[in-house]
Amino acid sequence: MTELFKRNRGFIISALIALTTLSPVIFIVMSGFKAEVEIWSHLKQYVLPELLKNTALLVVGVISITAVLGVTLAWLTSFYDFFGRSIFDKILLLPLAIPAYVMAFIYTGLLDFSGPVQTLIRAHLPFLSPYFPEIRSAWGVVLVISLSIFPYVYLMSSSGFRSMGRSVVEASQSLSAGKVYTLFRVTIPMARPWIFGGLVLVFMETLADFGAVSVFNYDTFTTGVYKAWYGFFSINAASLLASILVVIVLLIFLTESYFRRKQQFFNKGNPMPIQREKLNGKNAFVAFLFCASVFCLAFVIPVGQLLVWTIESFKMEISSHYIKLLGNTLFLGVIGTIVTMMVAIILAYSQRRMKDFKTGVAAKLSLAGYALPGTVLAVGMINVIAGVDRFLISFFDLFGIQISNGLLRGSLILLPFCYMVRFLTAGYNPVFSNMTRLTTSMDEASRIMKVSGAKLLSKIHLPLISRGIITGSILVLVEIMKEMPVTLMLRPFGWDTLAVKIFELTSEGEWERAALPAITLVLAGMIPIFILTFIGRDKK
Amino acid sequence: MCLSVKNINKRHDKHLSVANDISFTINDGQLGALIGPSGCGKTTMLRMIAGFEKPDSGCIHICGQQMFSHKKNTAPEKRLTGMVFQDYALFPHLTVYENITFGPSKNSKKEIEKLITMTGLSGNEKKYPHELSGGQQQRVALARALAPKPGLLLMDEPFSNLDVSLREFLSEEVRFILNEFGTTGLLVTHNQHEAFAMADQIGVMKDGKLLQWDTADNLYYKPASYDVARFVGEGSFVNASRISSGIVDSEVGSFTDNRPGDLKGIESVKLFIRPEDVFINHESSHKAKLIKSHFRGPGRFHTFELPSGDQLTCLDKCPKRLELNKDYGISVCDANVTLLN
Repeated sequence: MTELFKRNRGFIISALIALTTLSPVIFIVMSGFKAEVEIWSHLKQYVLPELLKNTALLVVGVISITAVLGVTLAWLTSFYDFFGRSIFDKILLLPLAIPAYVMAFIYTGLLDFSGPVQTLIRAHLPFLSPYFPEIRSAWGVVLVISLSIFPYVYLMSSSGFRSMGRSVVEASQSLSAGKVYTLFRVTIPMARPWIFGGLVLVFMETLADFGAVSVFNYDTFTTGVYKAWYGFFSINAASLLASILVVIVLLIFLTESYFRRKQQFFNKGNPMPIQREKLNGKNAFVAFLFCASVFCLAFVIPVGQLLVWTIESFKMEISSHYIKLLGNTLFLGVIGTIVTMMVAIILAYSQRRMKDFKTGVAAKLSLAGYALPGTVLAVGMINVIAGVDRFLISFFDLFGIQISNGLLRGSLILLPFCYMVRFLTAGYNPVFSNMTRLTTSMDEASRIMKVSGAKLLSKIHLPLISRGIITGSILVLVEIMKEMPVTLMLRPFGWDTLAVKIFELTSEGEWERAALPAITLVLAGMIPIFILTFIGRDKK
Repeated sequence: MCLSVKNINKRHDKHLSVANDISFTINDGQLGALIGPSGCGKTTMLRMIAGFEKPDSGCIHICGQQMFSHKKNTAPEKRLTGMVFQDYALFPHLTVYENITFGPSKNSKKEIEKLITMTGLSGNEKKYPHELSGGQQQRVALARALAPKPGLLLMDEPFSNLDVSLREFLSEEVRFILNEFGTTGLLVTHNQHEAFAMADQIGVMKDGKLLQWDTADNLYYKPASYDVARFVGEGSFVNASRISSGIVDSEVGSFTDNRPGDLKGIESVKLFIRPEDVFINHESSHKAKLIKSHFRGPGRFHTFELPSGDQLTCLDKCPKRLELNKDYGISVCDANVTLLN
């Protein structure tokens, strides 16, 4: 028995983690089946058609725009050289620092009827005013979400373009193929697994978005789940909607791993780097203008507007209340990070020696939480708590102890657990990639030199994986700080965070007051991007 | 003349010259090769001919057409060249057949089929590159480069990713295929045996200079300089002096010097002697001490030390037992001895 455990240790541990992280999904699907018939027919008749239409429109719109923006920018910065290229190459990732819900309220504040732009137009160009499009509309949400997440496609396409190296492009030229032919027959098709990989991320993010669509009052599945739970107080209705989302997410999740596998075929180790073609004159200007305008729209204007609002409201907002929000955010963030990183390290160790199929699948499933929209996770968690509470109540009942309220409901320990489920991937990947440097022969070498046990861990393992642990912790911490729907739905009373406060303020249209918490999150969000661009990418 | 390279110069920056006044030609249907240590500029030369890099000066003609000069720089896609890349650069998203028929070529179906048969790829047309072995990928790369019927085929270390036995087999086969198609080619390699086996004319490069452009026999037996002699094959350098017109004297005997030019007093020179031209001859008055000896495929490889301290290597094909640290008489076949300054 112990022998069996020892041999399958890696698998058993990963399988347990997978089971834990997937428990919300399992409970959602179970409880979705229990939904009352009336609820189901009500949803089917009044809610679902609209949600489906809105969600589909949003996803298709965001994917199209991010694809065009991301691929074009990556193509320009990977294959051409022009004024500012090396700077754009890095700063085009900065929009990722602005959470979509922050981008959303900034642009709403800027462009809606009482905002500065429309006021200016009414004052000086009144005849244009009736033609000004309504920002609180489908195209508004699509544009705002696209601006905040196009860097995913940009980043992935860039690494796709750069990993193919110069020789395939030259091979195409040597076969008498012109530039356009090469672009559409070689360059883009070869980068397709990366481009699609980026688009799948965009799909997940868009589907999971809760904050931005809430600002626009644009109902999608995520807000539907929230309203079903918050408005109808029907956990079963929420679960039903959530399980539809789970199915969609599952499909995307499988697509993503398909593309990731395909990248391996296309990747050929260390290719000769591309020689960038120098652009001159008009072409260089157009390339610069394009990069600059996207960067302005996605970063300079929103951050500028945030700064203006922050300065206007600073004296009012910088109060003990803000400090308390920041404290809550950091406290939850740190606890969540510790839990997440502990699980990430255990999972990485369980994967280290076991290379078999079932252990790999278990790890993949453990990490699946990043694909789960926050609202779905929260609803799943509510189901889990209800189940566990029921079990505990009947368990204590056996001993004659009566418990009226649930033990777990409204307890603070739920949030770190949810953060772990959602952000385990962010913490796991850097640790695991560091761990690949930790070969088994190193263990053997140190054993032969009579170093083992705790000493082996502290002398060999820790120094080698500590960078991964630090990077992972920062990524997880920042993700948790920006997290909105799970915290909103599961926080105990009095545990508002910056993100939750932004949600409350923006749902009342108080853009200026939301600026200070928002800029705090933007600043935090810039840390991982700096790590990514200035440390991670420079080494390549 | 299919390829003519004239006075090509190229600097990467102020200090590093990667091509220094390089000129050579390759005739129709012939295969040329550039060899040299890594970093000598041979790949850059190839890339300049293909049009991927721009020389600072000089001119390049391919099939009689000027492709590069101080006022002209034809784009790579219009240069009539085909190229086999070191990493093959196959398009991973296209099948073998799509790879071979890539680009706007006007081949008939029959011609493509012939090419596929010739290169031994029949039956693999629908596979993707990652499903093929290294040798097969190499064949696809060759077939793809030959399909547009290029005036000149450029090959950049085409066999370096293959294991030794496959490398030899394929290099012979490629030579055969090129002959069949009558294709003119230029091969870049760091492996001189590959160049010997395939090329009609070989250039030795070092530090951006083309040291010698000649046949394999001439490179081996008549190296033009110390560097060529050292790079091509094995051999020893022995100090000697020109004592009178036409005669060179050394510790291993006297040799005739048929180089033109007047003698200005006694001049010290170097003799370059191949190991297979050194014989153990007990009657010889030139003695040398055996300091090293090891078995080598055919025969044994001896290293002798001459009284002056110069070392001389000898390939003895019917070895008898020799003792280390003993003096033996040696003689040198003077037909292939090279005089170098």
